[in-house]
Amino acid sequence: MSDPVPLIVIGAGPAGLCAAAEATAAGVETLLLDEQTAPGGQIYRAIGRASPERQAILGSDYGRGARLLEVLDSGCLDYRPSASVWQVTPEREVYFTIAGQAQSLRAERIVLASGAMERPMPFPGWTLPGVMGAGAAQTLLKSSGLLPGGGAVLAGSGPLLFLVASQILDAGGRIAALVETTPRGNSMRAMPYLPAMLRMPSYLTKGAVLLARLRRAKAPHFKGAHNLSAQGGKRIEFLRFTAGGRDHDVPCSLLLLHQGVVSNVQITRALGLAHDWKPLPRAWQPRLDPWGGSALEGIAMAGDGGGIFGARAAELQGRLAGLDAAYRLGKLTQAARDAKARSVQRALAAERAARPFLDRLYQPAAEFLNPADETLVCRCEEVTAGQIRGFVKLGCLGPNQAKSFGRAGMGPCQGRVCGLCVSEIIARARGADVQDVGYFRIRPPIKPVTLAELAAMACAGPNDAK
Amino acid sequence: MPIDSPFRRLPDAQARTLAFTFAGRELEAREGDSLAAAILAAGIATTRHTPVSGAPRGPYCMIGLCFECLVEIDGEPNRQACMVEVRDGMRVKAMQGARGLGKGPADE
Repeated sequence: MSDPVPLIVIGAGPAGLCAAAEATAAGVETLLLDEQTAPGGQIYRAIGRASPERQAILGSDYGRGARLLEVLDSGCLDYRPSASVWQVTPEREVYFTIAGQAQSLRAERIVLASGAMERPMPFPGWTLPGVMGAGAAQTLLKSSGLLPGGGAVLAGSGPLLFLVASQILDAGGRIAALVETTPRGNSMRAMPYLPAMLRMPSYLTKGAVLLARLRRAKAPHFKGAHNLSAQGGKRIEFLRFTAGGRDHDVPCSLLLLHQGVVSNVQITRALGLAHDWKPLPRAWQPRLDPWGGSALEGIAMAGDGGGIFGARAAELQGRLAGLDAAYRLGKLTQAARDAKARSVQRALAAERAARPFLDRLYQPAAEFLNPADETLVCRCEEVTAGQIRGFVKLGCLGPNQAKSFGRAGMGPCQGRVCGLCVSEIIARARGADVQDVGYFRIRPPIKPVTLAELAAMACAGPNDAK
Repeated sequence: MPIDSPFRRLPDAQARTLAFTFAGRELEAREGDSLAAAILAAGIATTRHTPVSGAPRGPYCMIGLCFECLVEIDGEPNRQACMVEVRDGMRVKAMQGARGLGKGPADE
């Protein structure tokens, strides 16, 4: 059996890059595995090859990612892109596939930095081709320079919706309509938390700039929209909704949805870590200590995978996890770790201060948390919200039973897209807490791996990766 | 590139042009494009039909989570088009329902 790698970091977004930076700076030999072909994560996707023009469109918050790539020059770092991690065990074995070659390595310590995903926004018709995440459209802009040109409709809620709208306009694209679904009462509920938000005035300034940009563009902007449905035969043709007491049909060839981002909990769930239901962002969060450490010895989480606090906070959490790994591996004294961590912890507290305001302001509308009966909730196995409610009437108590009742969550996405919604619907139908209803049990492999890959690995013997 | 694509390229996209086929159609991609991006750029919205009802689906998340963009690449079924970069000469087909055992799906 080969010697364990001192540190494996999974994910090369801001958290993973910063964890690797702190660890390697302290002399820790670090293996950085990332699923993408280039570093930066989703937020700084393709930052290494973005032209100055594209950086100008995407803004200074995107350009900021470039300096996080310095760690890639470290002699202590082994960076492997296009690595699909499909299992992490509590004994710190990491199984992954690169270019059709499956392998496993053992680590003394692991920092998970698997990031966030857009919160799915289920409503009737959202499965039609031409309906995508607003973040997905941003990914196309960042990595391929593709711009919605023919008039896209953006619908939903949350800062990224406005950011994507503004980037499309700045790049010379067109927006047929911005359809905001933020419930009207949200701003009143958020207001008491505004003073804490003022610790981070830059967020408010950015928000004001985005809204001014959208007003200048004179794109139709609907507020308090509800009763959404996407209509079309083979692809999206128009978005139907009610706003201002009237029904609207807005034609579009592209419908971009967004209602915030949530932690991608696939790895932490598959590890069997405890997760808490957070009623405010309405999402699950793995239970972590202030350094990102989990209940499993040697396994920590940094960044948005441990709760949504944003890209800057992810950098800071990454630094803390990297410093702690260096300390636990004997490369930093406790005093040195604590001294380096102090300013990071202060900055992190300031970043977190913005969340209570933002989480209340952009809390999703009820119709997307507990959608209408005819809505396909599980896109893979085509299970509707009404069917899930029917399972509850028959005695189904939670998401894992919903699998046997009707295959919800058993398709190729392994519940990534429907998981939050299935738990919410069952909780509502039972009159129970989401925490008690629980979540899908996630089992490895959490990414596709072929039998041929497994067989080739078995022939090579365990932990025999080159 | 068909004019009915809801996307257009930024003028800064100077990368080398690659050729591939999707469902028998000859299409262009730029070096560095994911397969899903190149298919969307060509104005194609549907990349598979579901195993359950046969409904059309297209790329949704673009980051490897939703598995809506499953395609067959050079004979290998059920690949995530958003997670694979286009290579010159790739032959790509839409997934029609579930994959067969030991072989790919039927041609479109």
